[in-house]
Amino acid sequence: MTGVVSGRALRTPGERIALRVLPRAVLVCAVLVAVLAATAVVGLTVGDFDVPLADVLAALRGEATGRARFIVTGLRLPRLLVAMLVGAALAVAGAIFQGLSRNPLGSPDIIGFTAGSATGALLVLLVGRGGTAGIAAGAVFGGFAAAVLVYLLSYRRGVSGFRLILVGIGVSAMLGGVNAYLVTRAQLRDAQAAQLWLTGSVNGRGWDHVTLIGLTVLVLLPFAVLLGRALPQLELGDEVARARGLVVERSRALLMLVGIGLTAVATAVAGPIAFVALAAPQIARRLTRTPGPGLVPAALTGAALLTVGDVAAQRLFAPVPIPVGVATAALGGIYLAWLLARQWRSGRG
Amino acid sequence: MSEQNGRVPAAVADRIAPADPGEETAAARRRRALLRVVGLVVAAVVLVVLAALSIRVGVRSIPLGTVRDVLLGTPGTDPDAVRIVLGLRVPRTLVGIVAGVCLGLAGAIMQGLTRNPLADPGLFGVDIGAALAIVLAISLLGVRTPDGYVWFAFVGAGVAAVLVYLLGSTGRSVAPEKMVLAGAAVSVTLGAIVSGVLILDGVTFDVYRFWAVGSLAGRGPDVLVAVLPFAVAGVLLAVALARPLNSLALGEDVASALGVNLALTRTGAAIAVTLLAGAATAAAGPIVFVGLAVPHLARLLVGPDQRWVVGYSLLLAPVLLVGADVLGRVVSGTGEIEVGIVTAVLGAPVFLALARRRRVAQL
Repeated sequence: MTGVVSGRALRTPGERIALRVLPRAVLVCAVLVAVLAATAVVGLTVGDFDVPLADVLAALRGEATGRARFIVTGLRLPRLLVAMLVGAALAVAGAIFQGLSRNPLGSPDIIGFTAGSATGALLVLLVGRGGTAGIAAGAVFGGFAAAVLVYLLSYRRGVSGFRLILVGIGVSAMLGGVNAYLVTRAQLRDAQAAQLWLTGSVNGRGWDHVTLIGLTVLVLLPFAVLLGRALPQLELGDEVARARGLVVERSRALLMLVGIGLTAVATAVAGPIAFVALAAPQIARRLTRTPGPGLVPAALTGAALLTVGDVAAQRLFAPVPIPVGVATAALGGIYLAWLLARQWRSGRG
Repeated sequence: MSEQNGRVPAAVADRIAPADPGEETAAARRRRALLRVVGLVVAAVVLVVLAALSIRVGVRSIPLGTVRDVLLGTPGTDPDAVRIVLGLRVPRTLVGIVAGVCLGLAGAIMQGLTRNPLADPGLFGVDIGAALAIVLAISLLGVRTPDGYVWFAFVGAGVAAVLVYLLGSTGRSVAPEKMVLAGAAVSVTLGAIVSGVLILDGVTFDVYRFWAVGSLAGRGPDVLVAVLPFAVAGVLLAVALARPLNSLALGEDVASALGVNLALTRTGAAIAVTLLAGAATAAAGPIVFVGLAVPHLARLLVGPDQRWVVGYSLLLAPVLLVGADVLGRVVSGTGEIEVGIVTAVLGAPVFLALARRRRVAQL
């Protein structure tokens, strides 16, 4: 990787607004959008009942009736949108946390969110016996509680990135112990339901889920992109960032809040699909070959990963409903491995 | 790699800035070294006491006098006590100590090697490889006992580690960041197969969930015999690599300036971690927290010097593991709580308290 400043500058006359454009990143984003569109076409047309593309388009315009309308707008479209939005939300959260922790293994796990949300969901599932909404609420509450606990415990005249990681490990481990206890003491049927939820799935998600995650992404993504401009500076370390005029503590807290918000809603909607947060930013970074964490490419990569994973899971194991968490993990893992091998073989890094 | 660009200034700043601003006198340094040796001795004594307790305590409590008689082979001892002590409690305690030593050592090497605080000994795919092999053994072959799991765990751990290593060593250099990412990619792929099988096969899930917690229950002499050679080989390799690894913990440039063969050291260390973590996982299941937290705990206690970190990890990990195992047998009246759960619930608060109080030493 050469210098940080690369790419082409776009300026308005009089240079009131200047934008740095990275041709490769733009190209990658365009390809990702194309992949998303192609997957959407496959996801909407192919299934247990094949719907011709013309009927799908009619249904999207609101002109179709009967079965095609129900299948496309009632079942497949919301599921597709949920997968896309959840993927984008998780990927952006992952990019934020990887930047904040200056660690390629960083993800919402490190602040204890994933372990906490699992504890909350397990408690509702095994003790309270709540419905789907109850589980989601338990997960969000548990995740927030764990994240707040980690932040408060690691606060000592500001939060150092390293202490945050250590406290996150401790809190996650403790909650992990609680989770293991709950899973081994539960009835097999309940434990299986818990396992399924913990893997993450978009099976049977409807329009209310789309609204929830859609509004969240719509509100938080601009914030993330705006605040995310501080990430490359935070990655240089607190002293350097401060010397460059950044209010480190505020930037970090706000970014963390945005990351947690995105993770929370994504988890409530689809369960903890942990790997997207880890892999999508790394894949995006390698595709665009930019040094910094590009949030938009990461979001598109996450959306593509989850959407392709869901469609593949539905089609490849057709009668058995394989949850999307399994498919994205397999797909993302293999793809990341291939990408890494190719990058390293050609001598970059 | 791009992450490096970002990390270098902070890392350099940490190395340049002295830990203590004031000059340290030779006497103070000697006093501190003495204090640390005393700490090691105390940890060793605690371990012996806990081992004795572990043999004594259980559903049927056996007085220490009887334990002594059994171990010395005094004629006329209660045959039931002989069976319990020699057949169950002693092997279980030894397995606990061996697994603890392996986890502590593997964790310390792993963090020194990768210089990543989130790198647990299972990162080279060892845990998930073992898990996959065991899930397949349960699902396809109907294996149900710890004795049966051991060899599957070893094979799975080995295959996964080789995969990670092959991927991580593509290209010219064997940089730790590459191993970390390669480990994450392979772990996740294998993990997907594990969760896929578990979701489709309820019977396997029912057996697997008790292995996955991490437990010492029912670990007999067979497990000990199977695990010991790997553990010993791992410890010997780790000891042989102690000096170059210690230099490596100061950073690549310093290490090569000191004449360390980077590629050889890293390969050797990766093999050692695989042997140690594989042995521990085969013996007791994936107890991630011990390997991850104990080296941090040691670092919080004695600072960044890798030699002390290794020494303390080596003793503190079995203390935590055996202590948690004893406690798990005592606290619940009838059954027992698995050691994997107790280590986390017991160890985490201590870990948190230290992480808050101490000046945090960066890796």
